[in-house]
Amino acid sequence: MITSTLTAGQLWTLALLGFFHGIDPGMGWLFAVSYGLQERSRKSLLRVLPFVALGHEGAIAVMVVILTVSSSLLAAKVVVLAGGGLLMLYGLWLLLRRRHLKWVGMRLSSWQLAMWAFVMSSVHGAGLMLVAVFAWGPDEKVSALDLRNGVGQVLVNGAAAMAVHVGVMIVTTGLVALLVYEVLGLRILRSMWVNLDRVWAFALIGAGVATLISA
Amino acid sequence: MALWKPDPTFYPSPRDAVAAPPEKLAYVATFDRAAARPDAIAVVGTDPEDSRSYGQVVGFTELPETGDELHHFGWNMCSSALCPYAPHPHTERRYLVVPGLRSSRIYVIDVIDDPATPKVVKVLGPEELAKRAGYSRPHTVHCGPEGLYVSCLGGADGADGPGGVAILDHESFEVLGRWEVDRQDQYLAYDLWWHIAHDVAVTSEWGTPSMIEDGINPELLLGRKYGHQLHFWDLRRRRHTQTIDLGDQHQMALELRPAHDPTKKYGFAGVVVSVEDLSASIWLWHDDKDRFAVRKVITIPAEPAPAEKLPPLLKDFGAVPPLVTDIDLSVDDKWLYVSCWGTGALKRYDVSDPFNPAEAGEVRLGGIATETPHPAAPGEPLRGGPQMVEVSRDGERVYVTNSLYGSWDDQFYPAGVGAWMAKIDARTDGGVSLDPGFFPHGEEAFRGRRAHQVRLQGGDASSDSYCYP
Repeated sequence: MITSTLTAGQLWTLALLGFFHGIDPGMGWLFAVSYGLQERSRKSLLRVLPFVALGHEGAIAVMVVILTVSSSLLAAKVVVLAGGGLLMLYGLWLLLRRRHLKWVGMRLSSWQLAMWAFVMSSVHGAGLMLVAVFAWGPDEKVSALDLRNGVGQVLVNGAAAMAVHVGVMIVTTGLVALLVYEVLGLRILRSMWVNLDRVWAFALIGAGVATLISA
Repeated sequence: MALWKPDPTFYPSPRDAVAAPPEKLAYVATFDRAAARPDAIAVVGTDPEDSRSYGQVVGFTELPETGDELHHFGWNMCSSALCPYAPHPHTERRYLVVPGLRSSRIYVIDVIDDPATPKVVKVLGPEELAKRAGYSRPHTVHCGPEGLYVSCLGGADGADGPGGVAILDHESFEVLGRWEVDRQDQYLAYDLWWHIAHDVAVTSEWGTPSMIEDGINPELLLGRKYGHQLHFWDLRRRRHTQTIDLGDQHQMALELRPAHDPTKKYGFAGVVVSVEDLSASIWLWHDDKDRFAVRKVITIPAEPAPAEKLPPLLKDFGAVPPLVTDIDLSVDDKWLYVSCWGTGALKRYDVSDPFNPAEAGEVRLGGIATETPHPAAPGEPLRGGPQMVEVSRDGERVYVTNSLYGSWDDQFYPAGVGAWMAKIDARTDGGVSLDPGFFPHGEEAFRGRRAHQVRLQGGDASSDSYCYP
């Protein structure tokens, strides 16, 4: 049986990122709460969660595939350098852009919700952070997603990464949604909603720089 | 520059917005009927703690051009920025977006740097609206999910219609294009609002530029050619879904005021005049098994008046039509305010049961046959009547101004409509009373301009939509 070669540090980082995406109102819990409030039912709130998870998972999966394919075609160093540069540029773009995602529509079917979460997570650059995580692999020369390690190994590593990240993300999303719905109320948005988009943009830039330095 | 915390003027729900602090300033669109001097945004003090500025024009920002005829305007951002699908609450409510109804120019005006001295930061020429959206005569501006929705009365490049909605980016203010994908039988335009949590938009009908710009045309009116329909749209897919005809005797279905509570699917529409008996009416639209239905819930009759008190337009009728030209719904959805610009009245209705409004109070000001003076100037007959009406978020204060539309003012008030703004206190017992200490008026206050729409600092009852109940 093949086991994941991800280090504890990598898994913790993935979990931490999942937590961050979970508490970000733009990533799903706010949508869940709005469904709960609109229908006056906790069930409606909970119904949203699996589809938010699915969409988020999709955005990460796309990145895992891109990373896997590129690490099998290119030298590890090239992938890490390109990835680090991309992280930095995307973070800068997020920081400086004067536009935000335009999406219209509150009454979404389950699949539309998943699509919404996919779009939201992708634009956010959620999957991009994987570059940084995988760059700090166990072996400096071999990425955790390099096909030359064998397809099985890559699949296991990718699945483990997604399971940990999305697992923590959706549990956090659900807990925050329930806490706001049952106890706190949406008024806390006014005082507690720090501009996480900007925090995230700085995080991407920082991760990009760190990746480039470590390469 | 984006903020670290959400703009404090954004509220997730109407329940929260009711607790907003009282406005300290009001912004009033004023225009020069002769188009000789520039139109201006007048800033009026509304803080009773500050006795020097209360009820006074404390700022007056003239626009760089002339002949705009400022009418309705809106904010770059509002509480809908908190909506869950694409939240962006760290962008400020900073700019007034002010269209010129006659010039088709759109001004972007900064009111944060110095709230009493608004500053023009961008001017969009009529060609931008024409080229990108195919519209002219921008009228109503609402901040919404896709940007700024600007309802326009006319077509572009010489076309009279159809009128419709243009979308502006709410950060760069560029015209992004025409909103409608499929407009079906919709041709006339006027107001636009929505049930944001139900992905439903509603539009109403006035007339095309050729039908209104030279004044009300009695032939068109008696021929029942002005608008009398409501249009319902899928806000998401931008498609027309339903037309409701109120009956062609009900001429000019103008202002739309949907319930603020996002779980509700009803709203009120005001009709200016019935050609059968000169009455005005308020209609309720409500959901009815996946469709919408309407019901007339208020009828306001015409008031008889001697011919010598009537303008030529009305001499043969021997009566003054109420002319309901604006309505406003309080943020808690309990009170509806109705302007009767012809008879000079502002009426307050209890609409807790929207199907059965109950009249709770009335103040009289101006009016074609009555010219009721304001208590602050009891000797001065007042012309015009309560027209644009705006309610504070807490529902305690109501502001009115007295001009309708330049050429129409001249027909109904041929001796000159004047310029005034009044404040009405909404009492807890349901009644309304005029504030004798608040009456900016005349040449001195508005510098020869006429006063149209009022927007209150931080938002008001007709500026914001909410995604959470």
